[in-house]
Amino acid sequence: MSDKLILGGHEFSSRFILGSGKFDLGLIHAAVEHAGAEIVTLALRRVNSFHGNILEHIPAGVTLLPNTSGARNAEEAVKIARLAREAGCGEFVKIEVIHDSKYLLPDNYETAKACEQLAKDGFIPLPYMYPDLNAARDMVNAGAAAIMPLAAPIGSNQGLATRQFIRILIEEIDLPIIVDAGIGKPSQACEAMELGAAAIMANTAIATAGNIVEMAKAFRHAIIAGRTAFLAGTGRVLDHGAASSPLTGFIQA
Amino acid sequence: MRDHMQYLPGMEVLEDSEIGARVVQAMENYNCRHYSAADVEQALTAEYPSLEDFGALLSPAAEPFLEAMARRATEETHKHFGSSVLLFTPLYISNYCENHCIYCGFNCTNNIRRAKLDEAGIRREMEAIAKTGMEEVLILTGESRGMSNVEYIGRACTIAREFFKNVGIEVYPMNTDEYAYVHSCGADYVTVFQETYDSERYAQLHLAGHKRVFPYRLNAQERALRGGMRGVAFAALLGLSDFRKDAFAVGTHAYLIQRAYPHAEISFSCPRLRPIINNDQINPKDVHERQLLQIMCAYRIFMPFAGLTISTRERAEFRDHVIGMCATKISAGVSTGIGSHTKEASEGVGDAQFEISDERSLEEVIAAIRRRGLQPVLNDYVYI
Repeated sequence: MSDKLILGGHEFSSRFILGSGKFDLGLIHAAVEHAGAEIVTLALRRVNSFHGNILEHIPAGVTLLPNTSGARNAEEAVKIARLAREAGCGEFVKIEVIHDSKYLLPDNYETAKACEQLAKDGFIPLPYMYPDLNAARDMVNAGAAAIMPLAAPIGSNQGLATRQFIRILIEEIDLPIIVDAGIGKPSQACEAMELGAAAIMANTAIATAGNIVEMAKAFRHAIIAGRTAFLAGTGRVLDHGAASSPLTGFIQA
Repeated sequence: MRDHMQYLPGMEVLEDSEIGARVVQAMENYNCRHYSAADVEQALTAEYPSLEDFGALLSPAAEPFLEAMARRATEETHKHFGSSVLLFTPLYISNYCENHCIYCGFNCTNNIRRAKLDEAGIRREMEAIAKTGMEEVLILTGESRGMSNVEYIGRACTIAREFFKNVGIEVYPMNTDEYAYVHSCGADYVTVFQETYDSERYAQLHLAGHKRVFPYRLNAQERALRGGMRGVAFAALLGLSDFRKDAFAVGTHAYLIQRAYPHAEISFSCPRLRPIINNDQINPKDVHERQLLQIMCAYRIFMPFAGLTISTRERAEFRDHVIGMCATKISAGVSTGIGSHTKEASEGVGDAQFEISDERSLEEVIAAIRRRGLQPVLNDYVYI
């Protein structure tokens, strides 16, 4: 069975995306290998170092997804994305526009604007956003290759706090929905995949685990389990019993 | 003596801001004796600690909870910063000062060797620091507009951009348009220590010079942000006055600034009084390591997203233990003299502001960070 994640015309077998911001660089390799990640995000501002270059720690065959963290508006996101391309990070870009240092919540309006400009510039934009249907539609129209709603505030490990709204995006948006930020446990990743998310992105949950390798494996299995369940079609869960004497039983054929 | 609450000609007044007044009011209302062990326990379990919780964590009632505070702080640091620890070096380019601050080694009545680097000297020092691998520099001067004017500081920032990824300044407070100018020269972070938020005590300690004007200094961070700076740092020099009140004021100040400027990157420093040239008799009052750690953990728990810098005023072992727990940034390869990165002390360099307690090089500090299982980060910033 071929079940690929397709982003901007590129095919991926894995539905796990690894964030690298909170890792010891030496552990990225282990996390990629054991989580089966084919895409790793990294902040241009971290790449932008004279030495200790994070790029050297990205295993061969892995697709880089540079992000625009540090951008406070659309214009800055576009500048950072261009710098990332010049630094050899490829065409993919995860748009992060954050104007709030406390909760690090993304600014949907500026993100949509950046998305439009970057799509015109030939990037494959993946906007990180607060799960709002109208904003997601704007981003689709602006040329996004996927929508990346947050499950909970970044780094919070709170799980699917925005579950109902992510569910609406999954129903209404035709692009892949990649759940990003807030996923703290494999069970939460599994739940998001069961809902129909196309992929999961996680960083803190694995980076701060007691055993990074084992947690990376656990995420891989959870995501595969959730995806398989979604494809199989989960059974109906009713909150009331089915009536044994239907109200409409009197109708003649 | 001049009224320390009166602005001098040329000093910008932020008529529309109440932040400074609210900070002072909050500090005056803060009574560290009001808190009980139950208040501290409540603060330690609060998901988003309030200012009241912060007050409890700074109180004497929290002292027996230092271990629990350290645990919560470590969790928060790990959650928000992972294993990353940022590195930087301060560079002193001039020690001329026009202020008379009775506790400071640079003060204008102290007979120390004064020096100011010219552009070639700045370049030479920066090149020497950059060669060690450092990517972030904090440019410092004594507070003299006469000897180190805004153009001079701007020029230093422009030169710094050639050698470093990230440039910050710790100089005299400026007006908004001056901050905007220095920002356009490449600086994005501004550190201003308020020293003490107790204005009466402030007046006793700052006898002369621009620095005597308490409210102008108090509004510096706000002007810096209006001038386009990305981040601002806050501190009181702990030990000058009631350190618990001052720490409460520092946190309140940062909290109110973040609410008014939600994009601002906030950070804290935690300097204590250190022995200085010509006067090593000053008693550092009662801020021992235990109290210092309590304050640092309280900052971390109250504002888990904020940066926290640990100074070379503290000894190496203390510094190595607080990174990953509450501190997120550490200096290395520090020399607080003028020209001392490239010249021997006998060659007529300017004297240092204070004695440092950790003289380790960048390489040695990087090794120490790794030994703690943490990740040294030389740059996490892009100038745009």
